[in-house]
Amino acid sequence: MKEKILTNLRILDPSQKIDEIGNIIINEKGKIKSIGKKTKISDASKFSEKIDLKGKVAIPGVVDMKAFVGEPGFEYKENFRTLTQAALAGGVTSIVTMPNTKPIIDNVSMVDFIIRRGRDKAKVNLFPCASITRNIEGKQMTEFGLLKARGIIGFSDVNKTIQNTELMSRVMNYASDLDVLIMQHAEDQEMSKNSCINEGEVATRLGLKGISYIAEKIIIERDLSLLSEYPCRYHINQISSKKSLSVIKKNKSNGVKFTTGVSINNLSLNQNDIGEFRTFLKLSSPLREEQDRLSLIEGIKNDLIDVIVSDHVPEDEESKRLPFAQAASGSIGIETLLPLALELYHNNSLPLDKIIKCLTINPAKILKINKGTLKKDADADICILDLEKPWIVKAVDLKSKSKNTAIENRKLQGKVLMTFLNGELVYSN
Amino acid sequence: MAIIKNFSAVKKIPKHLLGIQNLSIKEANLILSEAKNFIRLNRSTSKKLDLLRGKTQINLFFEPSTRTQSSFELAGKRLGADVMTMNVGNSSLKKGETILDTAMTLNAMHPDIIVVRHQDSGAPNLLSQKVNCSVINAGDGLREHPTQALLDALTIINRKGKIEGLKIAICGDILHSRVARSNIYLMNMLGAEVNVISPKTLMPVSIEKLGAKAFTDMKKGLDGCDIVMMLRLQNERMQGSFLPSKREYYEFFGLSPEKLKYAKKDALIMHPGPMNRGVEIDTKLADDINVSLVKEQVELGVAVRMACLKLYCK
Repeated sequence: MKEKILTNLRILDPSQKIDEIGNIIINEKGKIKSIGKKTKISDASKFSEKIDLKGKVAIPGVVDMKAFVGEPGFEYKENFRTLTQAALAGGVTSIVTMPNTKPIIDNVSMVDFIIRRGRDKAKVNLFPCASITRNIEGKQMTEFGLLKARGIIGFSDVNKTIQNTELMSRVMNYASDLDVLIMQHAEDQEMSKNSCINEGEVATRLGLKGISYIAEKIIIERDLSLLSEYPCRYHINQISSKKSLSVIKKNKSNGVKFTTGVSINNLSLNQNDIGEFRTFLKLSSPLREEQDRLSLIEGIKNDLIDVIVSDHVPEDEESKRLPFAQAASGSIGIETLLPLALELYHNNSLPLDKIIKCLTINPAKILKINKGTLKKDADADICILDLEKPWIVKAVDLKSKSKNTAIENRKLQGKVLMTFLNGELVYSN
Repeated sequence: MAIIKNFSAVKKIPKHLLGIQNLSIKEANLILSEAKNFIRLNRSTSKKLDLLRGKTQINLFFEPSTRTQSSFELAGKRLGADVMTMNVGNSSLKKGETILDTAMTLNAMHPDIIVVRHQDSGAPNLLSQKVNCSVINAGDGLREHPTQALLDALTIINRKGKIEGLKIAICGDILHSRVARSNIYLMNMLGAEVNVISPKTLMPVSIEKLGAKAFTDMKKGLDGCDIVMMLRLQNERMQGSFLPSKREYYEFFGLSPEKLKYAKKDALIMHPGPMNRGVEIDTKLADDINVSLVKEQVELGVAVRMACLKLYCK
């Protein structure tokens, strides 16, 4: 690979606390050779490829901590190739994949398969998760140590909670010794049984069983009190309610160490968007009230929430064109994660560097991976943005194999122009 | 016949009857005034009309029903339609067919109207997007049962002359009741004040936003009420998680002659049926023709459904 120099960029990298006009030089090995306002065009070798990006914004490639790839078992919903295309078009260069495939990723041979398959088919950094319990049944824990050694980044039962308190305490106790990341879906399964949307006026009107905010809060409270006994790397996958934030705040100020994520959907939509049974907005965690959405934004501002995820869940038509209660949960979102997050900047909800931080260096730190940064010698995973470009989301134009976007026809401002992976231009619009 | 002709110039009505929520006050009044004319017809010796001759009505029942299904069937037949009733609950669905597959199959038979009942809220809405004919919701999940509310309204108007200004109490399992929801919307729309009375575990969140005052005490909730609507308490609700026992429920929420005294002197009782005698309502009270409108509700149900079929069948 030839050396490259990207010139005239606004470089925004929260990992180095920089927001300045400058240049980026990428060496032949695909690493950042030099970056910033002090990097001169003359620093690059004569033979380097020059790309002038006048006025555009460069950020580290986005790290998405929660996405579902249909392989194996659900190739008709999404495969590595389509997921890659969608991710790169959205400036995402690192993806944490969920283990609820078929079969479930809960043993070493499955890990080998998924890593091999990902290496062959996906042109994006993949970080597979394994399940916390075998077959996601919430009974027996998986082989954390062996799985970690084979390349598993973290453990999650995806949208199932470890309901059994004794098991959860053992999971944490065991995990603390192995330094593995436990990612919990916080929703009491007894309380949320058969429910599909937020408990409140909308649920009452639509005649649907609601999920109370207490279902989320009670698991967070339980886990955090277990965590003070068994301090392990603990991450709450995504929270949805205002009340959960007050628990998080209290525990953080007491010095309990853990991290929290939120889905971009919960930051951009609320329960009223469900309208008359729009199943594409049936999500887990559920969309809640506007005041919950606003407080989640506050939570990011106050560093109570560390990560914004796409919660990318591709579903085919058949799984969605059903009565609401029977329809599958989830929406695609990896391609629109960054543009939709930029909406929060354009409408003055959040400062730009905070949004980028939650999409890059913060998840990288939680995962302990050397991504989400444009520091010297880091892999040159770069996303080039036109911050102002207006566009309208159309499901047919999205790259995912499934078209279940929750934000069809949404007018967005800000689009990914180019994505570099290890210094190579892998997407350009 | 002469009276009916006056109303035969059908005013504009939406294509489907999915819920009271989607209905305007004009449309509700149109259905009610049409229905009034059918009351007399239904009481006469010759009950058959040919308003819907040549039309095909399909009753698609995914959930078992006795009175609603027979009421719709009779209504269609009295208007001269070809009525077919399908109980899907135990056939196609078990073979893995989805509601939309069923809808497409039926649609190919060119029905003029489909009457649907389904255990999932919103199923008729989904169906209505896929078929070419009108869809009437005969009850979906916990969401709406519009024709029940309309027949309740007609029954009240028939006895009390009007709905405006009345105070109506709905008592029982509000949480799982589509009848309660449809009635809250309709009675509010027609100018009544609505109280709902139920144990806390059977009271939906934010019910007051639908237009009802919530009570957990029969004495307070029934105070000054003209109409007392009792709801059926399903047996499975009594197995521990919502309520401790039938006995306790009847003690606090069952309608007895003593509790009825909290309401107005001339208060009348309604029930969508089927009743659990001795659980939500005292058995003598249920049969007392001076206060109970239960039989009238069933009778006028046919008239209301005839009106709906006539207006929506195009």
